[in-house]
Amino acid sequence: MTEYIIRFLIGGAVVSIFAVLAEMLRPKSFAGLFSAAPSIALATIGITIARHGAAYAAVESRSMILAAMGFLVYASACSWVLMRKKVRALTATAALLPVWFGVSAGLLWILGARP
Amino acid sequence: MMVQCKIGAIKGILPHEWITRFLFGGAVCVLAGLMSKWFGPEFGGLFLAFPAIFPAGACLVEAHERKHKARAGFDGTQRGRTVAGIDAAGAAMGCVGLAGFALVCWLSLRHLNAAAVFALATAAWFVVSMAVWRLRKSRIFRRRRPAVRQAFRPS
Repeated sequence: MTEYIIRFLIGGAVVSIFAVLAEMLRPKSFAGLFSAAPSIALATIGITIARHGAAYAAVESRSMILAAMGFLVYASACSWVLMRKKVRALTATAALLPVWFGVSAGLLWILGARP
Repeated sequence: MMVQCKIGAIKGILPHEWITRFLFGGAVCVLAGLMSKWFGPEFGGLFLAFPAIFPAGACLVEAHERKHKARAGFDGTQRGRTVAGIDAAGAAMGCVGLAGFALVCWLSLRHLNAAAVFALATAAWFVVSMAVWRLRKSRIFRRRRPAVRQAFRPS
């Protein structure tokens, strides 16, 4: 239980810091880089290493590469929709979230889950 | 293009927006841990690149741009959406850096200590993201879409 409380507190703090950085920076295309910052990874990999070891964290990192590709497709789709369609940002980002999961899980399934 | 850091922008973030981001970020980190526990590190690792900052950031950018135009007496709906779209394009570029971060972690976690891996991986994320952004902004790839031109045209 303590592990999850620590994860929650560190994760919340790291995500908030990167979110504030993204809010302060201009131009917005540059600030967007910080919207894809490795906040969750920075907050959790240390805890994972301490609890399960470096090899376990390395396997997680390998899957993270695939999820980053999923994020790339998701963010590109959001950009395309927001630029060309009359859709609110909340609607676009929430409705397209399954794209991230679909591409990430699809790549993991195609490439196989080898440690 | 000059990169600026506006410290005053922090004042524009409302208390509930701070709380939402903290709670959401914390919840995603707990979710990532639970997914690894329940389904193994291969599947759980996907949640290390979960879009935790981007959706809330895009909504905030849209709302702030709309308010900014409204104060000047204009309808900023389209401009807000376009700026959120530009933010999303930036996030897409940042994903290449995110993949670079993960690659460095994957290759070096078994060989180096955690602090060194974090330093190397964070540097890789920043350098790769910056390089992609600079390349996208270079003359080779620079082009302004009609929707962007329309949104920034004086009303």
